[in-house]
Amino acid sequence: MNAIRDTWLVFRHNTRIALRQKAGIVFGVLQPLLYLVLFGPLFATIGTWETLVPGLLAQVALFSAGLAGFGIVMDARSGVLERLRVTPAHRTALLLGRVLGSSFTLLIQSVVLLAAGYAFGLRAPLPGVLAGLVLMALLGVGLAALSNAIALTMNPDLFAPVMGTAIVPLVLLSGAFLPMSMAPAWLDAISLATPFRHVVEAIRDLFAGRYATWTVAAGAAATVVLTLACVAVGTRIFNRENA
Amino acid sequence: MIKTSGLSKTFRGGVRAVRGVDLSVDSGEIVGFLGPNGAGKTTTMRMLTTLLRPTAGTATVAGRDLLTDPQGVRRHIGYVSQDGGIGPLNPVGEELELHAMLYGMRPAQARERVAQTLERLELAGLADRAGGALSGGQRRRFDLAFGLVHRPALLFLDEPTTGLDPQSRANLWDHIRRLRDEDGLTVLLSTHYLDEADALADRLVIIDHGAVVAEGTPAEIKGGAGTLDDAFLAITGRSLREDGGTGEPGAAGNGTAAAGTAGKRGAA
Repeated sequence: MNAIRDTWLVFRHNTRIALRQKAGIVFGVLQPLLYLVLFGPLFATIGTWETLVPGLLAQVALFSAGLAGFGIVMDARSGVLERLRVTPAHRTALLLGRVLGSSFTLLIQSVVLLAAGYAFGLRAPLPGVLAGLVLMALLGVGLAALSNAIALTMNPDLFAPVMGTAIVPLVLLSGAFLPMSMAPAWLDAISLATPFRHVVEAIRDLFAGRYATWTVAAGAAATVVLTLACVAVGTRIFNRENA
Repeated sequence: MIKTSGLSKTFRGGVRAVRGVDLSVDSGEIVGFLGPNGAGKTTTMRMLTTLLRPTAGTATVAGRDLLTDPQGVRRHIGYVSQDGGIGPLNPVGEELELHAMLYGMRPAQARERVAQTLERLELAGLADRAGGALSGGQRRRFDLAFGLVHRPALLFLDEPTTGLDPQSRANLWDHIRRLRDEDGLTVLLSTHYLDEADALADRLVIIDHGAVVAEGTPAEIKGGAGTLDDAFLAITGRSLREDGGTGEPGAAGNGTAAAGTAGKRGAA
């Protein structure tokens, strides 16, 4: 019970801060929005909005939750993290509350992106959109946990440039901008080895109103496995030095 | 209130930061934990506050076993680290409320406690300020508020006045004394200022190279040496002021430091 209460407290606190810093929320979704506005109309001449927007969602996830560790770097620097660690708060709650906050931010950004997509011509069925958002929320938890773990492990000055660079190939390999069915075999093979490819294709199916497909199952499985693994790693690293 | 036996920390890479500290702090006393930079003060404090796991030794802190019941220890202690724990952007009052609630307080109780604590530390009216908008002295008192809001029995203060102007230091000292006198709070306070130790501490524990090299009341430590500075130099072979932060010009050259080494062996 303690764990749930503490997670809620930390989540609420972090969310309140995030909502106050609206610039951060906007900035996280700005790049995918630019793709939507400046690349989307071009893409729409050969493909559909229902194909493009799921890719852009993966891009937001990686740019927003993937860089969530930046916040923990700041808190570690200012001593806030250590101060919280001396409280009897449940150890995992300190990480989980933070990570759920990042996931919530990602959800807001996803909704912004979907609304903009809708304005341009995206027409996806509501159940598909909701299911897609569930996958995004899970993905946000996993990516934020991993990002926090990386941030706690590596030199804090290198975190932003290294992660910023690492995210680019992950976005490209997910087939976010052009479906990987168009790729040569070797590129397709690498892409299949990354989880985001499966997530993007699952959301594409969901947006097309196809729910009970192997692609959706694979995407959901990839998301759940990735999230569980990342939370496990994150918790382990977060609790490493504690007595 | 604190009892340690052979408490040690060897970091990965083999650095032996603390080598078998035996420490005993009674209820209601202010103990000054003195030592040069790098002597092992902060590492010891971080172990006693559950932030670092000891590699050897045992400790009872606030009646709980440090190794088997760190959660119990956390519930009964307050800790103010050297650098504090205030982020630049958030309103400090909001952070304090979260902090209080993580000790199990309900929202209304947390708000009330925060208000009382701030009142006491002459910080009332500043709760809405962002951390970055506080003066050095205010900031340090807010750090103290984080350590006190849950009314712990034992407070750890790691170099509480480093970087403060003389007025703010004196003010903080008054607050710390009052906490002991009025609430019976036990305080373990690390410092490398001898005047601070002299002014505040009932008892001193001197640590050097990761081990306790002397302990006693300020008067006992001074002994025949006259001043705490001389006594300290005799015990550790080093001046506390070698970092130059607050050093008086020419207070201790390398020559005197080397000459003091013999005294250290004698005392240890």
